[in-house]
Amino acid sequence: MFGIFLALFTAPSYAEELLMVRTKQNFPEAMLKLQDTIRDHHYSISRVQRIDIGLTKSGYETDKYRIVFFADKKEVSVIANNYPHLIPHIPWKIAIFAEQQDTLLVSADPMQFSDKKHSGADKYLLKWKKDLKKIFNEMRKSN
Amino acid sequence: MALFLNSTNLYAKNNGEQLYTNNCSACHGANGDGGVGVPLALPDFQYGVTNDYLEKTIRLGRPGRVMPAFTELTNAEVKAIVKHIRSWAPGKPFKYSDKKINGNQKHGRQLYIKNCAACHGSKGEGGQGTGVTMSRPRDLPIIAPALNNPGFLASAPDMMIKTVLMNGREGTPMLSYLKQGLSEKDIDDIVSYVRSFENPQQTTKTEEKISPTITYESPFSLEETVASLKRAIIGKNFKIIREQYVNQGLVDKGQEDKNQVIVYFCNFNFLNRALAIDPRVGLFLPCRVTVVEHKGKVIVMSSNPLYMSNLFNNENLHKLCEEMYQVYADIIEESTF
Repeated sequence: MFGIFLALFTAPSYAEELLMVRTKQNFPEAMLKLQDTIRDHHYSISRVQRIDIGLTKSGYETDKYRIVFFADKKEVSVIANNYPHLIPHIPWKIAIFAEQQDTLLVSADPMQFSDKKHSGADKYLLKWKKDLKKIFNEMRKSN
Repeated sequence: MALFLNSTNLYAKNNGEQLYTNNCSACHGANGDGGVGVPLALPDFQYGVTNDYLEKTIRLGRPGRVMPAFTELTNAEVKAIVKHIRSWAPGKPFKYSDKKINGNQKHGRQLYIKNCAACHGSKGEGGQGTGVTMSRPRDLPIIAPALNNPGFLASAPDMMIKTVLMNGREGTPMLSYLKQGLSEKDIDDIVSYVRSFENPQQTTKTEEKISPTITYESPFSLEETVASLKRAIIGKNFKIIREQYVNQGLVDKGQEDKNQVIVYFCNFNFLNRALAIDPRVGLFLPCRVTVVEHKGKVIVMSSNPLYMSNLFNNENLHKLCEEMYQVYADIIEESTF
């Protein structure tokens, strides 16, 4: 009975396209908050990539654009060994960039990479989706 | 039993403000002030659209123009969002009849080309760009809508299009064309021409199943394949910006799995073009190919730009993704040949 009750609270398994959130925090604060929030959800940040080279050539006034790569190292090992078709998509990432005074965050829905032939990977994809939504929810709330 | 909702929308059920925050605010702004999307709080916008228009827009989106179709929201949730949007502009919005306008399409086309095409495109394809500002100078408060968009045409009745043409939209570059000297009959003709963008003969394209990943098997060793990959990348006028192991940065130095190598590369001209079309595309940059030795086989893989393009719902970006797909396919094929 508890299992049924719990199942009723499970997030839907449909795949959204992009997950996006806006925070009223300015970019530097949002960057710090994002990294802390990722770590709070027991992920490690493997790299922060700058995407600002040549942005001014595109007419952008800001170079406030980063990609944050993060993962759980054990999960990466499981995925790499058992579901190599997902390797091109890991570590997972969030694009974070300034939009006037606010900051936008974007990530892909991990469930977009669900594959019936490799349904065993779905538990990881769904976990990542739920965690991403929690991370984004916290970012949205922090103003 | 009403509690059996997904955890994200548990609190948000029929709470329009929360639903709007969860689903809309990233693009339209926390208070409807716009950004990526239309400024929904703009009074002239609010008074010029019906609830039916807003509900249909949420349901149908704008295919190819960034606004997604929120097919997973219930009717009650959509109505709750619309109610919340309306809270920014008290007062009654227009009501339109369902009357179809039967103007002269040929004359309407001439007037359209002269008066509308500069902003809305010669074929109704809309203004360029996504509306994303990224703090760059933005010369328009709103991007001219794509009038030929099936989502728009299904949401906007003829009388709404006519009213906007007659009255304009304050706070945007959309002028009143009555004040510009057109007659009501001229405006009817333009409306009929715009309606002709609808193409009921168009059959739904069968969507080819696209894999999220491009995969080739290499006949060479891992090291030979990586070397060959780098040559192929340079040969395509891309610059190699980084080489690393997949789990690098996640494990202690020296503990990385050396059978899983990522090569990142970039062409800055391409990067600029991509970001100018849709800054969100940075999510899949820099370009990357991964070489893996798995169960005795060497596999070369990348994410598939054609698959990723579907995530953005941006027609202009799709063309670039087609280009990028060819680059990836060529590079990977060359490195495994």
